[in-house]
Amino acid sequence: MLNIFCPHCGEQRSEEEFHTAGQAHIPRPLDPSTCTDEEWGEYLFFRDNPRGLHHELWIHAAGCRQYFNVTRDTLSYEIFETYKIGEKPSVTAKAKSAPLTSRTAGAKA
Amino acid sequence: MSQINRLSRGGRIDRSQPLSFSFNGQTYQGYAGDTLAAALLANGVDVVGRSFKYSRPRGIVAAGCEEPNAVLQIGSTEAATIPNVRATQQALYAGLTASSVNGWPSVNTDLMGILGKVGGGMMPPGFYYKTFMYPQNLWLTYEKYIRKAAGLGRAPKENDPDSYDYMNQHCDVLVVGGGAAGLAAALAAGRSGARVILADEQEEFGGHLLDSRETLDGKPASEWVAKVLAELAGMAEVTLLPRATVHGYHDHNFLTIHERRTDHLGETAPLGQVRQRLHRVRATRVVLATGAHERPLVYSNNDVPGNMLAGAVSTYVRRYGVAPGKRLVLSTTNDYAYRVALDWLEAGLQVVAIADARPNPKGAWVEEARAKGVRIMTGSAVIEARGSKRVSAACVARIDAKAHKVTSSGDWLDCDLVASSGGYSPVVHLASHLGGRPVWREDILAFVPGEGFQQRVCAGAVNGVFALGDVLTDGFEAGVKAATETGFKPVSGELPKVFGRHEEPSIALFQVPHDKSTARAPKQFVDQQNDVTAAGIELATREGFESVEHVKRYTALGFGTDQGKLGNINGLAIAARSMGISITQMGTTMFRPNYTPVSFGAVAGRNCGALFDPVRYTALHSWHLKNGAEFEDVGQWKRPWYFPKRGEDMHAAVGRECKAVRDSVGILDASTLGKIDIQGPDAREFLNRVYTNAWTKLDVGKARYGLMCKEDGMVFDDGVTACLADNHFVMTTTTGGAARVMQWLEIYQQTEWPELKVYFTSVTDHWATMTLSGPNSRKLLAEVTDIDLGKDAFPFMTWKEGLVGGVPARVFRISFTGELSYEVNVQADYAMGVLEKIVAAGKKYNLTPYGTETMHVLRAEKGFIIVGQETDGSVTPDDLNMGWCVGRTKPFSWIGWRGMNRQDCMRENRKQLVGLKPVNPDKVLPEGAQLVFDPKQPVPMSMVGHVTSSYFSTSMGYSFALALVKGGLKRMGERVFAPLADGTLIEAEIVSSVFLDPKGDRQNI
Amino acid sequence: MSTVNVYKQRPDAAHAESPLFHAGLHELAGKGKSTAGVVLREKKLLGHLTLRGDGHDAAFAGAVHKITGLELPGALGLVVKGETSLQWLGPDEWLLIVPGGTEFAIEQKLREALVGQHYQAVNVSGGQTIVELSGPKVRELLMKSTSYDVHPRNFPVGKAVGTVFAKSQLVIRHTGEDTWELVVRRSFADYIWLWLQDASAEYGLAIEA
Repeated sequence: MLNIFCPHCGEQRSEEEFHTAGQAHIPRPLDPSTCTDEEWGEYLFFRDNPRGLHHELWIHAAGCRQYFNVTRDTLSYEIFETYKIGEKPSVTAKAKSAPLTSRTAGAKA
Repeated sequence: MSQINRLSRGGRIDRSQPLSFSFNGQTYQGYAGDTLAAALLANGVDVVGRSFKYSRPRGIVAAGCEEPNAVLQIGSTEAATIPNVRATQQALYAGLTASSVNGWPSVNTDLMGILGKVGGGMMPPGFYYKTFMYPQNLWLTYEKYIRKAAGLGRAPKENDPDSYDYMNQHCDVLVVGGGAAGLAAALAAGRSGARVILADEQEEFGGHLLDSRETLDGKPASEWVAKVLAELAGMAEVTLLPRATVHGYHDHNFLTIHERRTDHLGETAPLGQVRQRLHRVRATRVVLATGAHERPLVYSNNDVPGNMLAGAVSTYVRRYGVAPGKRLVLSTTNDYAYRVALDWLEAGLQVVAIADARPNPKGAWVEEARAKGVRIMTGSAVIEARGSKRVSAACVARIDAKAHKVTSSGDWLDCDLVASSGGYSPVVHLASHLGGRPVWREDILAFVPGEGFQQRVCAGAVNGVFALGDVLTDGFEAGVKAATETGFKPVSGELPKVFGRHEEPSIALFQVPHDKSTARAPKQFVDQQNDVTAAGIELATREGFESVEHVKRYTALGFGTDQGKLGNINGLAIAARSMGISITQMGTTMFRPNYTPVSFGAVAGRNCGALFDPVRYTALHSWHLKNGAEFEDVGQWKRPWYFPKRGEDMHAAVGRECKAVRDSVGILDASTLGKIDIQGPDAREFLNRVYTNAWTKLDVGKARYGLMCKEDGMVFDDGVTACLADNHFVMTTTTGGAARVMQWLEIYQQTEWPELKVYFTSVTDHWATMTLSGPNSRKLLAEVTDIDLGKDAFPFMTWKEGLVGGVPARVFRISFTGELSYEVNVQADYAMGVLEKIVAAGKKYNLTPYGTETMHVLRAEKGFIIVGQETDGSVTPDDLNMGWCVGRTKPFSWIGWRGMNRQDCMRENRKQLVGLKPVNPDKVLPEGAQLVFDPKQPVPMSMVGHVTSSYFSTSMGYSFALALVKGGLKRMGERVFAPLADGTLIEAEIVSSVFLDPKGDRQNI
Repeated sequence: MSTVNVYKQRPDAAHAESPLFHAGLHELAGKGKSTAGVVLREKKLLGHLTLRGDGHDAAFAGAVHKITGLELPGALGLVVKGETSLQWLGPDEWLLIVPGGTEFAIEQKLREALVGQHYQAVNVSGGQTIVELSGPKVRELLMKSTSYDVHPRNFPVGKAVGTVFAKSQLVIRHTGEDTWELVVRRSFADYIWLWLQDASAEYGLAIEA
């Protein structure tokens, strides 16, 4: 049960108040009509599934009903930051190259 | 029967309160304060069950949750019965009824026992995999007997009369374990003012202090426990939870606690009380003070009743006044276990000998025992016990622990109790639930918690800190650390003085050698609950199972409710030795939640029966009840399905309701439709983008049907949206799609088009909606409204405001039945009054209430789709023959447009919505039936589509259906066939999906 | 005014059924134990208006203040003055509760004051009700029902949160030391009513009319 800081409510709430809405920062093409099939397919169907740092879109469904972004480690489930739509993440895979060793070490043999 | 093993004094039991209980049909007596295990031992009950695989008689081994054998079924009635209760954790109450879970037909004469005696060879590890899987068809036969022989208890067949619930807890510091370290930690954190929860799984707080020989400030340790508890109880922000097992450590410091609130009072809870409670705790910091479990020694026949953990013997003697035997042999690798012999002597009983595996032990406890004249056999261990249902002798021999060899001939000592101690294993379970791998410490011969992501501190024995004085300090410091890390001021405090005793290191002895090889020696049990032997583990490694996780799964070591509490370390050490690697190289298996079994009642909480899931009602529900409606679940809503009159079945009722609507007028509660109020200067543009059709030219006062697609071009919702004013619309959605559509609008507004000035608010619950439908609906409505209903004043697809039944209403002239229809919307508080006025006025028109089934028939006759019935996420507007609803020239590339222009969506021969008219007009096609063009083709036939909706139409006099058929729109007049599971075939003609009034004359009058 | 449709939805006099009408609370009133740990009362048929707009825009906040006499509260805030309360629901959304029957006049005044601005005002009076809970055991009752931390250190008087409640969602408002309000959606009202009865059984439940 994650504990997620809602950037609008300004406090941590339990995961059950939220819904995830998939990978963040995938803008709709400005004019889909001009997209090739490949570009459109990329937008519509393809998502990252990283082992480690991931930016996700969540909605505070039971609270303020706002969408926002979460930077989360998919191994440790640690949440490094949450930030409003339109803002950029401050924790990125490049900026945070140090691996989360303990969970990695704890992975199944 | 008298309590033959009850000591004449001592223990924390209340001898003034004798309690009767029964075990396997026999009645016994114990005292208040006993656990069931203590009471059974007091009564000399040696055999409490039969082992799971070999069906060997088993007795009580431990005094806590690590007990592997005394796992019993409790309860005198079917409704109260509960499996998997450890007798060591069950407080005794008057009338307690318990039985063994294994042992067929009884624990003392067990037919299955023959398996165990004839020899373990019959059931090696991997036995099930090897033996019973082939031939496969015999598995069903084997399974019956295996299930009977195995398994740990059975589920009740009747409803549990008790109530269970959840409690959501939040605290600064959760202290897990109420022993010396936990109490000290709670005290430190509590004094700082932090919100503290102290949870302990036992009946009383205090843990080992309750049966310790050690003193605090010169007084019995239990006095300090009482003092601390009194102080904690006086702190407003401290919550004490006894009988509460922290059984799961989940992400972000979310922990679950299983509290047994009334299990000690009786088999059902006192009236009005909650039996068990699941605490769902979010803790800023966690102090794990889970202590340690004593490790048993692994020697031959160590499972015969009368072989016990050393510390457990002390617990029974000192805490319960029970001596589980008369003549004790102690086999140990460490100093601390010597206290057992001292306790035994103090109880006036005989210590036959102490076998110490170390060559030259000289610690303080050892010297105390030696001074009392106890025979100490150094460099030795019990290598084998003798006895069938009770130990009668133990063989002690000199051993070389390092070389794993017996170095002398054995000396058989008469005794009835063998207590063993192989050291202490920190209870690292919770610390590793989230993946933090325990770390081996050679100095203390134990795994301690490894690094974890959680905000936790470990304290006391779980940390590998064993000496009482150090434990108290460690606990107190952990409490201070946790509290200060959560923002509270540190406190200092005087801890009680402990009389320190020098202890010498213990020796590693994970399997006691035998003069025969492991494979040939009598069974040496590592995990008694799962019947895993040292030989089995060796065999597993020989067969190539080298990873500790594989050994575990192959042998079942640490499986099930046991979770490796006693056997884990010995087992993996044996595997490591067998493979010639170190314990560190071997590693340990991971522990998963739950630490101990949790009842389904506690898991379900209050979410059962009427509260299983929310049920949503409209403002008119009580009217429906009064009028005999049958209800249908639509999402969480209860909607009237049909209104049967006396003697009518559903078919007759629906036929009558349909006819009434087509001939005169019917009324439907349409309140469940989603309704969204949309305001803002860009509202219209927003609609253009989320609907497939165009909204630019919809005038104020008018309404329009719209389709919504996802980006992939597939239909996902539909409904009518009305223009209330230039910047103001009200959208309706499907009943099931209301919340989904609302989030859909919000996600596009918030994340894609924040520049569009538009706001949305759900008004689903605010408006109650009554649909009047049928040729007489105008006449009827005219009697209760001041709105001009004239054909030109109030045309089709427009809305008006006015009074209906004296209540301000918004009336939409839209139709889902194909008939002249009015949807009357009023503030829900006033709907009942309005409905009653309409019904009163409707008598002379035979106004007939109708439900969802009639609605479905009527709309299907018109070929109107229902999203989720005609669509399944793979259907485009063109597939539905609803291309008229697609704004192909809208300037903005709206949601779904690009998707539906993919090649595959444009392809010929897609499945398209058509009508089906069965050749036999009385045959109703089953919904979901697969369709083929050629019924004579061999199986598997190539399927060309399926039936989406199908009914018998009373008004048309024949059955009809809607279906998605490959290239169906170009196949009008052709035949399709539905081959049914019963071998019959229904033949149908492909026709237009609009069966009734294709021109719309009936609705547009 | 012409850009939106606003009209009086509540009749001056008509039979009204609040979301908990069917529970017959008036008949249950006074029948519970006098020592009940939880006292329940429906504050029914009030005027509820949802306001959406830019709270940072002084014109919007000023107009709301002018008409209601209340400052727009910030995140999780609830301000009360007499029978009027204003509650933050989201960064651009507030719930205004006014005496039943005054909501139309207040909406009209708000719209006059907000002419030319982008905002939304919606009458939602029929769609929700307030269940007031008071008594020494309310906090424990809430702990059984919501994962939100209702301890006064985290949830002081004057705070209001939208959260999960049992298996549904609602708004919890802390209005007095031992007094709390639940803003319950009409269609979920029966579920919440059943839940509250079940969960408060061990404390004793009394009904106030």
